[in-house]
Amino acid sequence: MISWDLVANAVVAGILLGGFYAAVSLGVSLTFGLLDVVNIAHPAFVILGAYAAYMMNSTLGLDPILTGVLFTPLFYAIGAGVYRIYYASFERRGEESLRGLVFFFGVLFIIEVALSLTYGVDYRLVEAVYIGKSIELGGIGIAFRLLVPCVVGLLMTLALYLFLSRTFYGRAVMGVSQDQVALRLMGADPVRIKTIAFGIGIAAASLSGALLITIAPVVPSTDRDYIGRVFAIAVLGGLGSIGGTLVASIILGVAESLMATLFGPSWSLAVSFGILLLALAVRPAGLFGR
Amino acid sequence: MADPLLEIDSITKRFGGFLALDRVSLRIRAGERLGLIGPNGSGKTTLINCVSGALPTDAGRILFEGRDVTRLPAHRRTRLGIVRSFQIPKPFASMTVLENLGIPLEYAGLARAHGAGAMEILTMIGLDAKAHLRPSGLTQIEMRKLELARAMAARPKLLISDEAMAGLSSAEVDDILAILFRLNEQGITIIMIEHIMRAVMRFSKRVVVLDAGNRIAEGTPAEIVRNPAVEKAYLGE
Amino acid sequence: MKTRGALAVGVAVIGLGLALAGLGVNPYVYFAGYVVLQYVVIATAWNVLGGYAGYVNFGTPAFFALGAYTSIFLIEALRAPLPVLILSGGLVAALLGLGIGYLTLRLKGVFFSIATFALSVVLQTLIINWEYVGGAKGYTLIRPPVPFFRSWGVLLFTLMVALAVVTVLVARTIERSWIGRGLAALRDDEDAAECMGVPTLRLKLFATTLSGFFLGVAGAPFPYYVTYVEPSSAFDLNYAVNALAMPMIGGTTTWLGPVIGAVLLGTAQQVATVTISSELNLLIVGVVLVLFVVLAPEGLTGLVRKLRRR
Repeated sequence: MISWDLVANAVVAGILLGGFYAAVSLGVSLTFGLLDVVNIAHPAFVILGAYAAYMMNSTLGLDPILTGVLFTPLFYAIGAGVYRIYYASFERRGEESLRGLVFFFGVLFIIEVALSLTYGVDYRLVEAVYIGKSIELGGIGIAFRLLVPCVVGLLMTLALYLFLSRTFYGRAVMGVSQDQVALRLMGADPVRIKTIAFGIGIAAASLSGALLITIAPVVPSTDRDYIGRVFAIAVLGGLGSIGGTLVASIILGVAESLMATLFGPSWSLAVSFGILLLALAVRPAGLFGR
Repeated sequence: MADPLLEIDSITKRFGGFLALDRVSLRIRAGERLGLIGPNGSGKTTLINCVSGALPTDAGRILFEGRDVTRLPAHRRTRLGIVRSFQIPKPFASMTVLENLGIPLEYAGLARAHGAGAMEILTMIGLDAKAHLRPSGLTQIEMRKLELARAMAARPKLLISDEAMAGLSSAEVDDILAILFRLNEQGITIIMIEHIMRAVMRFSKRVVVLDAGNRIAEGTPAEIVRNPAVEKAYLGE
Repeated sequence: MKTRGALAVGVAVIGLGLALAGLGVNPYVYFAGYVVLQYVVIATAWNVLGGYAGYVNFGTPAFFALGAYTSIFLIEALRAPLPVLILSGGLVAALLGLGIGYLTLRLKGVFFSIATFALSVVLQTLIINWEYVGGAKGYTLIRPPVPFFRSWGVLLFTLMVALAVVTVLVARTIERSWIGRGLAALRDDEDAAECMGVPTLRLKLFATTLSGFFLGVAGAPFPYYVTYVEPSSAFDLNYAVNALAMPMIGGTTTWLGPVIGAVLLGTAQQVATVTISSELNLLIVGVVLVLFVVLAPEGLTGLVRKLRRR
């Protein structure tokens, strides 16, 4: 017999998880949705961010999320560099789609293996004052290790939304996906705009990695679980719509959380990939398609 | 009109809420040269996509040599003799020019084995010197010629030429026109979709005008030029 | 090389394999040789879809594991002999291939690739939750006494020699037939191919089914090889990466490319596993893959062709 308490707890946990999923997926929404760059290595950068947080936490005792924020400039630079290589090798030659995909698949693999060479394949976790604490509201427990990442994730979503809609560069990024000629007339170089956007995507990935390791311990191969999640969310959210990304993240978070509660945690991963398969097969434009 | 080669019987095509073709009918006799014109977005490309099989129709029938082809996939229609060329050339980039012709010869032309071989087609079109080059080494006009040559290798009865001349110089337009005239003399029925009025008017025996998914006029080039509805469609109110 | 010549070479390779099997060298040679040959099968099978038809499959582990788990199921249920396992593993994976073939109706390019990856994870989840074939704990196979051969290692090695030869011969035959030319046309431009009379859907279904079949065949003897199968080893991401990397390194447009890539990269990995560490050899695969895709997109065979043209 399923108790409603359990279900309510699962739904709340799912919503909190959704806020975090939004943080993980923002970068993909940006690069895949708006730039048409299929960065399948995105989750590997998330894990890289998680290990950065782990390293600073275990050696200096730094707060993981603070580390995440401090590291964003570095990851922005890495992202910008990766995009330059990608652009020079594939996009400029007009062979981006498949060979570019293989390129990113290789990058994902390199990051994952390099991490296991450096840190081994044991689970790594971080310590922070809020991890382990929780509050209770009407019989529903809210764990801080979920609540904090969710809040940060929502803030990131809001920040990206404001960036895209209110700033010159943000509008230029939106422009890249629609009209490169108009963009040039505005005096913006599409390659430069894409470099900036890609850098932001990777920076967001690293910060969300810090959130990830706050929620649960991480191993180098955790990135694989997130390939399906981020692409399911990006496709479901309608590729490039920030609001859509948030809604899709919450849908996925709740679906996974319910699945884990009702059928056991080993099934929850299949939810995201199952949703991704369905979304791709039935409605490639997503729920909030452009 | 006695037994047409192609009979389009009030076909309709919608994209979501947008009505791209509204019960369009058209009959084309064997050996005819038909011009299909209309402003951008009038439904010309949609119409030929429906005829060639690239898009399914929502209603209506398409008959070719009296046979209902409405539900046939594109490659089957090609084998029956409905062959199109693409507005933006789509060569097989990994193959040489000659190998490009090999594909339709092998897959579509075998049913009608008589007729010119790949090299003869290239000679007729003036691409024989480039037979062993990859498409990436061709100029713009050569690319258009390859598009036509490849269509020829499919042994068409009906050739639909989709803006084969856009962006070409006037000498190059004459070059392509001469090729199309020659194909027509060999008995191939041709539908020409074109924005270059000078070319369509010179080439066509009959011109059909589409606007906003409707057939608004039909006649000889001279009649079309004088038709006020056509002028309105092109120039607006 | 004519077909008869290729057949003769194939028979010779099998003969060579048998001779090597009879020699009785260090058992590790058979053990490592099996893996390299298994990669010849995987890379060649992957390339039928990825190289000839241009549909990049990230879900190689799904097909490989389906072959392996079909074997486990049949061993558990019927004590079925090895030839039956190989054929069944291939057929079940071929069915999955047919399924992803229909996916190509809606999904092109990167969407197809992402979907195949998703498929692999969904399938892994199902296997993890299927107790009959061992579930998450894995399945231990107790091998019966070895028939005909000195050891299971030698038998499986010889078997893989034969499977590799058959796979390569089939791929080569397809490449040079009207099917191969049609696949090349649809790889270059699917719309144009269809309009030139190529039955693109039928050819794609053929390619996905055949590719799936041989990937399943590669996985079918896997339980006998390792004797302990768990979902994470059968669905290992390494298969997906190697299946991509080997043809990319060798060259994707001919049958020779994946063979060269599998032999080079496969052997290098085996050597690295012994001499350095298995983690480091994976790093090498990743780096080599990225270097090739950036610097030599047509692979080694493409490089040789370019040099010859000069």
